[in-house]
Amino acid sequence: MLDKIGIAKRIAQEVRDGMYINLGIGIPTLVANYIPKNINVVLQSENGLLGIGPFPTEDQIDPDFINAGKQTITLMPGSALFSSADSFGMIRGGKVDLTILGSMEVSENGDIANWKVPGKMVKGMGGAMDLVASAKNIIVAMQHCSKDGASKLLKKCTLPITGLRCVKKIVSDMAVLEILPEGGFKLLERAPGVSVDQIKNATSGKLIIKGDVPEMKI
Amino acid sequence: MIDKRVNDADAALHDIFDNATLMLGGFGLCGIPENCIQAILKKGVKGLTCISNNAGVDDFGIGLLLKTKQVKKMISSYVGENAEFERQLLSGELEVELIPQGTLAERCRAGGAGIPAFFTPAGVGTEVAEGKETREFDGKTYLMEKWLRADFSIVKAWKGDASGNLIYRGTARNFNPMMATAGKITIAEVEELVPIGQLEPNEIHTPGIFVHRIFQGKNYEKRIEQRTITKI
Repeated sequence: MLDKIGIAKRIAQEVRDGMYINLGIGIPTLVANYIPKNINVVLQSENGLLGIGPFPTEDQIDPDFINAGKQTITLMPGSALFSSADSFGMIRGGKVDLTILGSMEVSENGDIANWKVPGKMVKGMGGAMDLVASAKNIIVAMQHCSKDGASKLLKKCTLPITGLRCVKKIVSDMAVLEILPEGGFKLLERAPGVSVDQIKNATSGKLIIKGDVPEMKI
Repeated sequence: MIDKRVNDADAALHDIFDNATLMLGGFGLCGIPENCIQAILKKGVKGLTCISNNAGVDDFGIGLLLKTKQVKKMISSYVGENAEFERQLLSGELEVELIPQGTLAERCRAGGAGIPAFFTPAGVGTEVAEGKETREFDGKTYLMEKWLRADFSIVKAWKGDASGNLIYRGTARNFNPMMATAGKITIAEVEELVPIGQLEPNEIHTPGIFVHRIFQGKNYEKRIEQRTITKI
């Protein structure tokens, strides 16, 4: 099984040179730490920045520079600042190459539910609905099962939907899976030490297994 | 040039009234109109509808107006980090309309640009789409969303001049430029108010035509929500 850092490291392998990328809050934010140095990408922050740099040192902290998680940040050389309307214009316009976000549930046809749990405090969807409705390529970082062992990879989402038929790939603590256009979770890789049977038992949606399933290389 | 300067936030908000609809710029606590929020607090107007991406924190930003129960309704995309907000929401004292962040930004932009409605893919198939018109364009379904406009749009900029031209700084720009366009009365508070002619016309973010009143704010706290540093 992978820990959060393992999931982030595996997702970092999906990143290609020249991509514009939006990283969600949580595990997705960690992905930035594991992108190889020889790969040049630009990170987009939906509050109005292309070119998120490292967190500031104590001396560099500036309250006018934050990311979408409201954390203090710095700018990379060559970055650009803009309004929220321009920011979601580039998101809706399909200019962002890769969106990485967390989720509570994903269905076998790529629906995602990650913004609301009925009965709990509703905090809002933020930019998640805009991102999932328009992104060309969405990778979800998530736990395969809930704490009580229930699968989060389902035939149909039980929680309120954030977007329909949008997820392309999932990297969970147990596996890498592709969502096929015709529906179904195609098992691509196993996490170190995890068997195909364990993944079968942990996936309640349609799981597609073809041939040998290799172990991830982290 | 037209001189739109007023002395302070109290003068800028002298005619604010109960049950007004306000737009307030900012993302989290970044780029919020701190002086005007204090003035609204002091003025004590009630029944406000606040259009703002977030609702502040318990003791800062719009959170201050929630504590005094001056807000009737929030229109926002994300309202975490606020215990008093949660209490009022659960007890039914406060109405909340949650809308996707890009839709919120575009609804404000549309309001300022004279576009009553537009179609967006965000929210299709979700509870956001309930009761709204959908239409297919080139094989994909989109949702109709309407413009937002306000009695008072209250924005914060870095620099401004007497005629209301504004320049924002860093990610404190966020919702401020669109909201500035969508107010019947737009009030801008700035960190530095300069004489006409001192701002470079090529660098203006919000042209003065959108701004009705401007003043230089004071005592900016610029509180940070998530102080995150690189340890050396």
